[in-house]
Amino acid sequence: MQQHVSVSRGGAGQRGLVRLTARFGKRPIDLLFRGITLLFVLIVLAVILGVALVLVVNAWPTITRFGRSFLTNQAFDPVHNIFGVGPAIFGTLVTSAFALLFAVPIGVGASIFVVDFCPRPLRIPLAFFTDLLAAVPSVIYGLFGFLVLAPWLQHTGEPWLQQHLGFLPLFQGPIQGVGILAAGMILTVMVLPLIIAVSREVMLTVPTDQREAMLALGATRWEAIRYAVLPFSRVGILGGVILALGRALGETMAVTMVIGNQATKPSASLFQTGYTLSSVIANQFGEATPGLFFSAVIEAGLIVFVITFITNALARWLISSLERKGTRGVRV
Amino acid sequence: MAITVEHLNAWYDRKQALYDINLSIPPLSITAMIGPSGCGKSTFVRCLNRMHEEIPDARVEGKVLVEGVNIYARSIKPRYVRQHIGMVFQQPNPLPTRSIFENVAMGPRINGLARGSSLQELVEQSLQQAALWDEVKDQLQAPATQLSGGQQQRLCIARALANQPKVLLMDEPSSALDPISTLQIEELISELKQTYTIIIVTHNMQQAGRVADRTVFFLLGRIVEEGETTALFSHPQKKETEEYVSGRFG
Amino acid sequence: MSTTLHPFERNTANAFQPPPSALLIRRHISNALLIMLSTFFALFAVGVLFYLILYILRQGIPYLNLDFFTKPPAPNGEPGGGMGPAVQGTLILVGLAALLGVPLGLFTAIYLAEFGRGRLANAVRFIVDLLNGVPTIIFGLFAWVLIVVPQQTFSSLSGGVALGIIMIPIVARTSEDVLRLVPRELREASLALGATETRTILRVVLPAARGGIITGIVLAMARVAGETAPLLMTAFGSTFWNTDITQPMDALPLRIFNFTLSPYQVQINQAYAGSFVLILLILLASFAVRWFTGGFKRKF
Repeated sequence: MQQHVSVSRGGAGQRGLVRLTARFGKRPIDLLFRGITLLFVLIVLAVILGVALVLVVNAWPTITRFGRSFLTNQAFDPVHNIFGVGPAIFGTLVTSAFALLFAVPIGVGASIFVVDFCPRPLRIPLAFFTDLLAAVPSVIYGLFGFLVLAPWLQHTGEPWLQQHLGFLPLFQGPIQGVGILAAGMILTVMVLPLIIAVSREVMLTVPTDQREAMLALGATRWEAIRYAVLPFSRVGILGGVILALGRALGETMAVTMVIGNQATKPSASLFQTGYTLSSVIANQFGEATPGLFFSAVIEAGLIVFVITFITNALARWLISSLERKGTRGVRV
Repeated sequence: MAITVEHLNAWYDRKQALYDINLSIPPLSITAMIGPSGCGKSTFVRCLNRMHEEIPDARVEGKVLVEGVNIYARSIKPRYVRQHIGMVFQQPNPLPTRSIFENVAMGPRINGLARGSSLQELVEQSLQQAALWDEVKDQLQAPATQLSGGQQQRLCIARALANQPKVLLMDEPSSALDPISTLQIEELISELKQTYTIIIVTHNMQQAGRVADRTVFFLLGRIVEEGETTALFSHPQKKETEEYVSGRFG
Repeated sequence: MSTTLHPFERNTANAFQPPPSALLIRRHISNALLIMLSTFFALFAVGVLFYLILYILRQGIPYLNLDFFTKPPAPNGEPGGGMGPAVQGTLILVGLAALLGVPLGLFTAIYLAEFGRGRLANAVRFIVDLLNGVPTIIFGLFAWVLIVVPQQTFSSLSGGVALGIIMIPIVARTSEDVLRLVPRELREASLALGATETRTILRVVLPAARGGIITGIVLAMARVAGETAPLLMTAFGSTFWNTDITQPMDALPLRIFNFTLSPYQVQINQAYAGSFVLILLILLASFAVRWFTGGFKRKF
C-alpha cells in the first residue's frame, strides 16, 4: 500500500535508507514510531506484571510462614508475630454478599423499567443519572455513610429492626450504627449502577421479535419479559453480577469509613463491626514494621488482587460469550 | 369471524401510515394484502391484533369490529384481543431457549387454556394442523432452534394455532423461506381456511393469486382497490392496481 | 379451565372481556407487581443519587467561600481556614498522573487500533481490561513498596505514579474506541498520497479522533481526582502548602476523608464543602463528556 519515494538523489545516507526500507519493508520513521509505540505497550504490560511481582515478592515472608492459615488467623498481632485475615475475609464476603443480595433485584428491576416501561423522553436523563451514581467518588459515599447513614442506623434503623425482628440473630447484639449493615447498605448503592448498566445493555440486545412473539400470544408485559427477554439475558446479567461482585470485594474507602474497623467476637449479627481486606490495608499500612507485619499487609493486597483478577476474567468471559453468539456487542 | 374495519387511521409518532381504511373481511376465508413496500399493509395487519400500539409513540384511531365487538374499545385489554387474533411473523421466531413442545404450549399455558394431558393433546393437534407433527413427534423436547427455517415457521404457526384463535394474521410468512417450504406453507394455509379466518400479507403477487379468495391492494397508506382475487388480477378497476399487478412498479 | 373448546363455541363478546378468574387475577397481579416494583426500583436508584447530592450541597454550600480555596486548615479545629493545599495538591497530582497515564494510554490505544494483530494484541487488551478492574488501593500499595518505602518518605511523586497507572486503561479504552471510528478511507487516502504511516497517524488519524481522545482524558482525570485509597500510602496528605513532589502532599479526597472522621464540627463542615467541590467537578466532567460525544442524542 505504500509508495516508495524515489531515491534517485543518491548519497550514502540515502542508500542506507533504501537498504533499511528494503530490509524491513517500511520507512525508518515508521520503524521508529512503531518501536516507540511498542515500547509504551511493553511498559504497560510491565506495569501489571510488576504489580503482581511486587505483591508476591513482598508477601513472600508471610506466605511461606503461614501458608493457608493466613486466611484463618484471627488478627494482626505484631506482639506475638501472628498475622491473619480471617475476620477481614469474613467482613469482605458478608458485606459483598449483602450488597449483591439487594443490588441485583433492584438493579435488574430498574433496568427493566429503563428498557421496557420508561417513557421515551425520560430514557436518556435516566441513563445519565444512573451512570452518575457510578461516578461519585468512594470517599463521598463514605462521608455520607459515616455522617448520615450510620447515625440514622444507630438511632432509628437498627433499634427498629431489633425491636420488631429481634428474634433473628441477624438483628441482635449491641447497636453502634457503624458496622456490617451500614457497609452493606453503602456497597449496595455503589454496585447498583454497574448492574443497571450491564443489564440494560444486555436486555437491549435481545431481538425484538422474541418479545413480539410473546406479546402476539397474548402475554402480559411481565410474561413477555419472563419468557422472552430474561432467558436470553441470563448469561450477560450474570456477567454483570460477577463484575459487581469484584467491585464490591475491592471497595476500600466507603467501607473503611462505615464498617467500624474493630474486630468484635464474630457473631451472626448484622450490627457487629468488623473489617474487610481493603480496610485492613488502609488501616494497617502505617503501623507496619518491616518484616512480617509489612509482609502481611502486602499479602492482604495480593489476596484482593487475585480475587478481583478472577472475578473480572470470569465476568468478561461470560459477557464475551454473548458476543460470540452473534448478538450485538456489549461493551462494559 | 367476520371483521369489519371502519375509518382506521394509524401513525408512527407524527407520520401517518394509514388513511381512513374501511374494509370488510368475510369469515373462513383467505384475504391477501398486497402492495409495494412501505404501503402500509403490514401496519394495517398489526392494527388488527393491536400490536401496532406496542411501538413507542405509535397511535391508532378508528374501529375494528370482530363479530360486532370493537376491539379498540376502552374496556378491552389488548392481550385478550391477541389471544383470539393470532399472528405469524415474517422471520420465524421460536423461543430459542425452549423446546418444540414448550414453544407450542406457551400460548395455552399463559392463557390457561389447557393443562396436563389435555395440553399434550392440544399441542399434538396444533402440530398436526401445521403439518409438522410427523416430523417432530419423536423429538418434542429438542430445542426449537434445531429445526430448519421452514419447520420453524410451521412451528410458529402451530404455536399461534395452539392459542385457539379465531383469526390468523400472517405477515409475509414465507418470504424468508426457500421455495419448497413456501409451497408447503401455502398448502397449509389453504387447509387452515376451513377453520380460521386468515389474513395474509404478501409482496409476492403469485402467492396471493394461489391462496387468497380476496385481495386488497394498498398504496401509500390507503386501500386502492379490493375484491375477489381472480377478478382483481384479471380485470383491475383502477389504473394503479393495473400497473402494480402487471409489474410496472413495486 | 382444562378442556379445549372448538373456536366457535365461545361467545365473542365475552371472549374479549373474559370473566375474572383465578388465573386472570394472578396474571394481572403479577404484571402489575412487576411494573410497580421496577418503577419503584428505578426511582429508588435515581432518588438516592439526588438525595445524596442535594444533602451534600445543602450541608456544604454555607461553608464554601474564598478562604476555602486559599487558606490551609486551621489547627485543632479552630474556626476558619480552608482546604487550599488540598485543592492545589489535587491539581498537581492529577497533572502528574496525566503525565504518566496519557502517553502510556494513548500509545496503547494507537497500538491496539492501528498495529495490533494476533496474540500480543489480545494479551494487551486483556491486560488493559484487567488494569481497569483492579481496586485502586493495590496501585497505592505498588507505589508504596516501590517508591515510598525505599525513599523513606511519602511523596506526591509516588501518588502521581499510582494515579497514573489508574488512568492508563481509561485513556486506552476510550481512545481505542474513537480511533477505530475514524474511517479507513482517511488512512488509505493519506497513504496513497505517499505519506508515511507515522505521518498518517499523527497528522490525519489522531486529529480526526481528537474530540473523543480529549473527552477520554478528561474522564480519566475526573476519575483519579476523586481517588483516595491509593493516596493514603503515597501522597499521604498534609495540612501545609507544598509544591515539592518529593514530599507528602494533600489532596481533596484525602482531606475530606480526614475531616469526616474528625471530632471537630468545623472540619466536618469543611468536609461537606470539599465534597461539594469534588462532586461539582465530576458532574461537570460527566456532563461535558456526554455533551461532546453526543451522548444526549443517543438512541435507545
